[in-house]
Amino acid sequence: MERKIRNKDPLGRGLGCHPYVYTMLSIAGILTFLFVWQLLLVTGVVSDRYISKPTELFLLLIRKFSDKSPDGSTLPIATLASLKVAVTGLVLAIVTGVPLGLIMGWYKGADRFFSPIFEVLRPIPPISWIPLTIVWLGIGLRAKAFIIFFAAFIPCVINSYAGIKMTQKVLINVAKTCGASNFTIFYKVGIPSAMPMTFAGIRVALGNAWSTLVAAEMLAANAGLGYMILMGRSFARPDIIMLGMVCIGALGALFTGILGIFEKRITGWRR
Amino acid sequence: MDEHKVRLEISELSKSYETKEGRFQAVEKIDLKVYDNEFLVLLGPGNCGKTVLLNMIAGLEQPTSGEIRLDGSVIQGSDRRIGMVFQKLALMPWKTVMQNTEIGPKFRGVKKEERRKKAQSYIDLVGLNGFEKAYPAQLSGGMKQRVGIARAYTNDPEILLMDEPFGALDAQTRFVMEQEVQRIWEQEKRTIIFVTNNIEEACFLGDRIVLFSECPARMKEIYVNDLKRPRDVISQEFLKLRAMISDNTDLAL
Ligand SMILES: Nc1ncnc2c1ncn2[C@@H]1O[C@H](COP(=O)(O)OP(=O)(O)OP(=O)(O)O)[C@@H](O)[C@H]1O
Ligand SMILES: [Mg+2]
Repeated sequence: MERKIRNKDPLGRGLGCHPYVYTMLSIAGILTFLFVWQLLLVTGVVSDRYISKPTELFLLLIRKFSDKSPDGSTLPIATLASLKVAVTGLVLAIVTGVPLGLIMGWYKGADRFFSPIFEVLRPIPPISWIPLTIVWLGIGLRAKAFIIFFAAFIPCVINSYAGIKMTQKVLINVAKTCGASNFTIFYKVGIPSAMPMTFAGIRVALGNAWSTLVAAEMLAANAGLGYMILMGRSFARPDIIMLGMVCIGALGALFTGILGIFEKRITGWRR
Repeated sequence: MDEHKVRLEISELSKSYETKEGRFQAVEKIDLKVYDNEFLVLLGPGNCGKTVLLNMIAGLEQPTSGEIRLDGSVIQGSDRRIGMVFQKLALMPWKTVMQNTEIGPKFRGVKKEERRKKAQSYIDLVGLNGFEKAYPAQLSGGMKQRVGIARAYTNDPEILLMDEPFGALDAQTRFVMEQEVQRIWEQEKRTIIFVTNNIEEACFLGDRIVLFSECPARMKEIYVNDLKRPRDVISQEFLKLRAMISDNTDLAL
């Protein structure tokens, strides 16, 4: 009897099935979850007073595409509002935090200069910036983006800092014997070495940004997914709350997926 | 090897480190002349300070005292005329074989076409043709070490330092690689300083063999090896040389 070895896992874990089977398993997982949820409500094991059925949520989702009640904006508008805030804050955090971390990790002077400021700012919970931000910037896009920025900035700095610190001494030596200047080594050896850790940081930043977004919108906003949840509570509409939660969850997963694709592109050499 | 033109002159070279337990002497008073185009082997037991010595020659570490002269002038910091093949498989994991090999000329700003041509010729020379686009993670240990050698040659050094380049390889691959290095050296003569802890490897490759003591590294003896290349590792003369060195060695290597 011939037996094909299809196990592609580098460590040989698991049974090794066709990729198609794995995709199907993931889909089946979600469907099972929804099915059990629906079943519990239909059979009355769980009361449907405070929890909506998946089918109801689905219908609400479709309706919310044009319906503005009760929070005053349709779902696409709310989503767009949230995305704008999250992306603005996150992008700002990445473009400032990652270079700062890299520079601090490489140049001792920069490390000594920025570290004290950073160490004091670091333990302040991002959410505690909300009251001040409202005073300074109101409740517009800038204010919320600022709060997101703080939530996402810290992991960007910490991880790129740690990543570049772990650059192998011998690779630096290779570059030196090849006649590279300190800046060239930083740019061509340090930064690529730091990439895997940096991406892990961006992943954390993404999660932080998204979860802080809801908190920020709950306190200060007039549109957005977090705001929608808040309004759902005011109007005693558990279905609206749950729809908001599901949308946040799904978008978060989508973002993580997109980031994963980017990461594979850039750190594809780690196979 | 009649006209002994001195390329590298090491005098009174010492290196010590300040550690928590106090001063640690790694290299002590090395005096050594390296001749043009010779294959010099530094033989010493593990952990005796060989890497520290090479790092100083490569300008990666500052000597505590003493100096190193290349063609009569003291070297300061890394010098492009001195290249190194590292003991650890020091390839950039994010670069392909080609990109790793061409790194020296690239840092110097040599045009892509030119440096690629050069890198390609050394990739061919070490027998990696067809693997230019592979990443280090896809290569075996021996292949990685070949990339390290091709990279060092592509940078066109006048003096090539090789730090136990085959230490991590199995005996079979090791012997093949020794023959390769010898072949490349005969094809493209240049001065090589080759570090090893293997007596047979030293006798097979070296024009001269410098035997070091245990840590701190001190010179015990210099053997001149003028057996005809390629050497027959089971010939009487070879075995005699080998036995002579091994009797004088500090530790079972
Ligand atoms: N930066 C450093 N600080 C303190 N001690 C060091 C440093 N670098 C090397 N040493 C010490 O110097 C000694 C010699 O190290 P070295 O790496 O030169 O040995 P080696 O002869 O190359 O050994 P091997 O054959 O295992 O490669 C070791 O005991 C090591 O601990
Ligand atoms: Mg060593």
